Amino acid sequence: MRRLYPSPLLSALQILLWVMLAGELTPGVLAMAVLLGTTLPLLTARWWPDRPRPHPLRLMAYLALVLWDVILASIAVARIILFLPQDRIRSAWVVVPVDLPCAEARALLAGTITLTPGTLTADFSEDGKVLLVHALHAPDTKALREEIRTRYEARLKRIFT
Amino acid sequence: MLDLALSFAISCFALALLLAFWRFLRGPQMADRLLAMDTMVVDVIALLVLYGIRAGTGLGFEVAILLAMTGFVSTLAFCKYLLRGRIIE
Amino acid sequence: MAQIIEIISSLLLVTGGLFGLIGSYGLVRLGEGMQRLHAPTKATTIGVGAVLIAAGLVGGVASKAGLVAGFLFLTAPLTALFLARVHLFRSLPPGAVPPTGTGVDWASRSETP
Repeated sequence: MRRLYPSPLLSALQILLWVMLAGELTPGVLAMAVLLGTTLPLLTARWWPDRPRPHPLRLMAYLALVLWDVILASIAVARIILFLPQDRIRSAWVVVPVDLPCAEARALLAGTITLTPGTLTADFSEDGKVLLVHALHAPDTKALREEIRTRYEARLKRIFT
Repeated sequence: MLDLALSFAISCFALALLLAFWRFLRGPQMADRLLAMDTMVVDVIALLVLYGIRAGTGLGFEVAILLAMTGFVSTLAFCKYLLRGRIIE
Repeated sequence: MAQIIEIISSLLLVTGGLFGLIGSYGLVRLGEGMQRLHAPTKATTIGVGAVLIAAGLVGGVASKAGLVAGFLFLTAPLTALFLARVHLFRSLPPGAVPPTGTGVDWASRSETP
């Protein structure tokens, strides 16, 4: 079983995507989805060594949290765009050192930062250990860095252990 | 009521498309034009979906998926070109 | 039941349209290149997301709407990252951003890709 499905989460995602793309759940579609979900992870396993095994339930909980934050973030950004006078917007660069075990976790953190409150990952250091974050309106950059570390990084650490 | 909301959303996204086009013409940096172009692609996706709801067909979604994919890849390719002068490394 | 779905999707369509408009308005209004990056990546993405949810509720093709929404949410940060790097590389002077603090330079500044 383990050899047939090297990464169950990827296979499950593959099956789900195919069924969604087909838009209907007939036996033929399901057979094709299972076939693709089995063969594609097997064929691509060699190009993606040391695949992380995220904790599935914690990952779902994290995605739900991010989705909620995205909605709040958009409202916050909309208020800044609409109501804050141009000369009172305090944009700032924030350097955030990250301590995460794998590149996939760091990529997820960078994506989360871009989608949440007024912040945007602009660059990362060559070794990937430091993120450069641009904040649209951040009077307090220290608090922002703390929020990223406690709210997202700590959770990601528990997902990818 | 749904019809009214649909019309409202369509006008909003049409106006958004025009505003993004203004930024595309104005610039001043290449990155601004690229961002405007990317925003226009997303706005067009929204318009396609809205038209799909109004016309009652699912055809708009196929186009929307394709447009989302090509829009994303072309924006990234253009960024790569601006950054390195070549696309495939 | 159908009435409730219609009300919810109408609300979603109106908010989605407003957010899409705000995203483009920010693109026009904000003064600096880096600030402008914020508006479309967040506001426009959530606007299209709301429209797609509404389409899934009333359009009858919920799975495909979910697919488009998921794709847009996955790709928005990547587009933003690359556009920010174009800004860093082509428009801003080298001293505009703080150093990494670890002795390793930012990836966009390095010569080797």
